[in-house]
Amino acid sequence: MIKKIILALLLLGIYQLAYKLLLVRFYLPSLLQIVNSLVTNFSTPSFYIDIFSSLQRVFVGFLVATIVGVVLGILFGYNKFFRNLRFYIELLRPIPPIAWIPIAIIIFGLGDTSSYFIVFLGAFFPIFTSTYFSVISMPEIYKYVAQSFEIGKFKYIKNVIFFYSLPHIFTGMKIGIGMAWMSVIAAELIGAQSGLGYFIQLNRLLLQTDNVVVGMLIIGIIGLLLSKLVDLIETISTPWTK
Amino acid sequence: MDKITTIVKAENLSFSYDSRISPIFSGLNFIIKDEEFVSVLGKSGCGKTTLASILAGYLKPTSGRILIKDQSISRPGRNRILVNQENDLFVWMTTIQNISLVTNNKKDIISLLKLAGLYDSKDKYPKALSGGMKKRLSLVRALAVNPDFLILDEPFSSLDHNTKSVLESEIDKIISSNKKSTLLVTHDLDEAVFLSDRVIILGGNPTEVKKTIRIDAAHPRSQEFRNSSYFNSIKQKINESY
Repeated sequence: MIKKIILALLLLGIYQLAYKLLLVRFYLPSLLQIVNSLVTNFSTPSFYIDIFSSLQRVFVGFLVATIVGVVLGILFGYNKFFRNLRFYIELLRPIPPIAWIPIAIIIFGLGDTSSYFIVFLGAFFPIFTSTYFSVISMPEIYKYVAQSFEIGKFKYIKNVIFFYSLPHIFTGMKIGIGMAWMSVIAAELIGAQSGLGYFIQLNRLLLQTDNVVVGMLIIGIIGLLLSKLVDLIETISTPWTK
Repeated sequence: MDKITTIVKAENLSFSYDSRISPIFSGLNFIIKDEEFVSVLGKSGCGKTTLASILAGYLKPTSGRILIKDQSISRPGRNRILVNQENDLFVWMTTIQNISLVTNNKKDIISLLKLAGLYDSKDKYPKALSGGMKKRLSLVRALAVNPDFLILDEPFSSLDHNTKSVLESEIDKIISSNKKSTLLVTHDLDEAVFLSDRVIILGGNPTEVKKTIRIDAAHPRSQEFRNSSYFNSIKQKINESY
């Protein structure tokens, strides 16, 4: 913890030094300006609305991506017919979520649905991929044991495949939550009327760089907290890995 | 004590992993009677584990067939359960959950856990169990479905000498009290002689039955049996054919 604080102070020192030496004060705010802006924004209700809007979009998009990613990952890993369709997933996977924004706006318009869709795309692929590879790499011994005890298909998927894959699913979710958060900001920069991405975009146009940095700072902190939240859920849900 | 009912019959069993190379074994025939404990002894690579996998239904013989109570088998099933060399427990389930997955009979589950000395560890995950406890759990899970026939594939191979001796006695008690026909696959002479009513010695290329030796001693057997002259004379006989 002490090391982390020292490193943070060091980085802040470097920032302040760069601000002083490189004469970028017209473009970048000082540390004091950032702190003032932080206090001002936290006393403004609209700032909370922006944070809440982004969180809500991440929550909905990430939840749908988790459900769809896990279900399809298991289905594609378990069933040979679906496994042959993975070609199409692989075709879509390299397309960055930001490239979908124009298409999302055309289909869903300038609203929350477009953002949900972009967040979904950002989180879906890591969750799907982790789940899929976990299912196909499951040791054969578990399959044989399940067959020997004549465990039914549904029970096998629910009690064996799903729980074997759960730690790997969480790995995908940890990557996915980061991607979801990055995607929502990207979506809000272009196609939203609220949220932290919208807040940054608006302040960029108004040349209020102190607010832009505050927006970035809050994005980083919330991203970190979301990642820790997934860690916590993983610890509670997978006690056998302790 | 001999019963004439044949539980397992292997008829002209041949197996090859690749048709271009010579078979591992060819024309193998043997029977296992009701409540009989038979060990299959052979050097590494002679196909003992392959034989266990065929008996369990994990692998299909190239030719010949396995009959369990006069019924030909083609896939794994509850009438014969293989306790594997490697850890075949579901690591994400507690001791009691591992058994509950295969049977709903709570009374049986409790009595089996007590029989195996695992009742106090019923809520522990396999990771928290010792090597011997894991093997006992694997064995009582197999017994929970009341199979006609048990297959033990080198279940003591990963254990130290002392744990192994104790566990052999415990397993002898558990199996004899459950009156199960059992096949033990091993390369350990002491283990085979201590537990078995009959030892089948495999050898040659392709592998064939070289000799069958009877061991007439009641179960459960005490540790003193290991020091008896009869035990040593049987070992001597096996050594001559091994």
